[in-house]
Amino acid sequence: MQQQLQQPEKGSFLSWFTTGVGRVIVALIVPIITFAILWQSFVFMRDTEAPKLLIALVALVVGVVGVWALYIGTNFFIEQLPGRVRDALRPYLFVGPAMVILGVFLIYPAIGTIYLSFFDARSESFIGVQNYAFAFVDSAMLIALRNNLLWIILVTGFTVSVGLLVAVLVDRLSQWEEAAAKSLIFMPMAISAVGASVIWSFMYFAKPITQPQIGTLNAIITGFGGEPVLFLLDKAINNFALIAIQIWLLTGFCMVILSSAVKGVPDELLEAARIDGANEFQVFFRILVPSIMPTILTVSTTVFIIVLKTFDIVYVMTNGRRDTEVVANRMFNELFRFGNSGHASALAVVLLLAVLPIIYWNLRSLREQRS
Amino acid sequence: MSAPPQTGPITVASPSRTAARRSLRDILSASSVRFVVLVLCFLWSVPTFGLFISSFRNAQAINNSGWWSTFYTSTEFTIQNYVTVLTAEGMGNAFLNSIIVTVPSVVIPITIAAFAAYAFAWLEFPGRDLFFAIVVLLLVVPLHTTLVPILRMYVGLDLNGTFLGIWLAHTGFGLPLATYLLYGYISTIPKEIMEAVVIDGATPFTTFTRMVLPLSVPAIASFAIFQFLWVWNDLLVALVFLGTNSEVSVVTRQLTELVGSKGQNWEVLTAGAFITMIVPLIVFFSLQRYFVRGMMAGSVKG
Repeated sequence: MQQQLQQPEKGSFLSWFTTGVGRVIVALIVPIITFAILWQSFVFMRDTEAPKLLIALVALVVGVVGVWALYIGTNFFIEQLPGRVRDALRPYLFVGPAMVILGVFLIYPAIGTIYLSFFDARSESFIGVQNYAFAFVDSAMLIALRNNLLWIILVTGFTVSVGLLVAVLVDRLSQWEEAAAKSLIFMPMAISAVGASVIWSFMYFAKPITQPQIGTLNAIITGFGGEPVLFLLDKAINNFALIAIQIWLLTGFCMVILSSAVKGVPDELLEAARIDGANEFQVFFRILVPSIMPTILTVSTTVFIIVLKTFDIVYVMTNGRRDTEVVANRMFNELFRFGNSGHASALAVVLLLAVLPIIYWNLRSLREQRS
Repeated sequence: MSAPPQTGPITVASPSRTAARRSLRDILSASSVRFVVLVLCFLWSVPTFGLFISSFRNAQAINNSGWWSTFYTSTEFTIQNYVTVLTAEGMGNAFLNSIIVTVPSVVIPITIAAFAAYAFAWLEFPGRDLFFAIVVLLLVVPLHTTLVPILRMYVGLDLNGTFLGIWLAHTGFGLPLATYLLYGYISTIPKEIMEAVVIDGATPFTTFTRMVLPLSVPAIASFAIFQFLWVWNDLLVALVFLGTNSEVSVVTRQLTELVGSKGQNWEVLTAGAFITMIVPLIVFFSLQRYFVRGMMAGSVKG
């Protein structure tokens, strides 16, 4: 930077490249070329009718070798350029491709969605905020919003508290017991929501009372003399049955993160409170919980974001029938079943609005780190 | 489960546990803690275990008695369910498709993110802070927000229902987090090491490939596992961009189809579910350390 300021009078073509404007323009050209080459190889692959194993092989080659070849090739080109142009270009070889992809796959579409949310079902005429009126007034949507709220409160509440409970309890066990317990509770994290839905459909399965139950829960219920429960059909409990699946999936995640926070609390702190006469519950709520509060907040935020976007479980289990709709599933159905991209876009924007505070918070903490 | 080692960890507190920790034990005695944990472990593993047992029973057995009855009645186990699901129900084809979708969807974003993370951490260039702020801004943007315009773009470019389309989509969705995480790691490489390499006359490119990448392997591995699981277990992106063509169906979508068409055929569903779970579970149990780290790091994905 300083060198540039010392020699502003140099007016040749090449030195123009090193000015701020020139660099930005060049910064755009390099990734565009990169992208074009990548694109051509992809398009070529799309059009082949090759057997699956061959495509798999080509996929690996393009994925690993292809991307690297592009970077190496562009780097070779840049290294041939005269010194100052080269120095100006180099960083953009590294960040250019990433920024282009972010632009094409996140920034442009997000703005596009906001735009489309003000248009009708077929994106032909501007209809103002009618799609948002639908999102917040339509009776089916109100149920979806209510359910999302229920999901967020119950899943966040349960996963964080049960996760914390387990984290504190396993801390008292021997090392191998702790490892085994954590493994078992954490394992569902590896399972897809679709897989979990099948697992729990089998748990919830109900047969007529005259037949032996093969679903675990109804076997227990009828074993105690109860009637078989239709977990997914009974409107009083079906939402809770779905929410339980998400809790089952996410508790291990909360536990693992909270566990490392609990271990980070200094023993002296807890001991000092005890010497002052605090009982174990006071130590837990007044000392332990406040000192891991930042972690609790991070974990809660994470669970909030995951649950806000809940789709798979509802889509597979009920597809929103019998008052189990949630926003993300409704959005999917608006798009593919009802063909209403206005509604779908507005619902997507509702999800985006819900994470805005987190985006703001992230950016603010970034700025604090920088300064 | 194997017996504990001889050191008798059940009653002997490990050295790091001080009196402070032990006194909670006086209230919640070791055995009651152990009991509560045991109950929770039981609750958390029974559903998967029941499904696993059932997947090896024939249709008639599954439908007439609970899976727990295999413990007290003589049972014939069979792998026929798996054979049927892999061949007749298209799970074999879907399994291959999942691999084709997943591998590039992991490798491409990590490669691109690693390059960008290095530049953000160690190179000076105009726009650096702005670009990085954009990455942070995009961290938690729900991918739902991007689906409609990308879908239209894909329809225009004839990319809908192609592997290429879904690789690019997953690359875009995974990139902010990958860049952010790798930046966090790469920026902690000691300055002295980086400067020493530059003095030796290395260009940024060779510094990156010879130094930064090898040093970043733990972070790359953690993110790779996170992204792998995310892509492998994903349903939404696959449904949107691969469409309804069963030729390119992935395991999660294939299983969803089976739930729709074979909702009561538990011999098909149980085996099908296990086929979708087997690879992630192997990764989980064999690479648990990296897995945990990846999950912790990847917790903010949008």
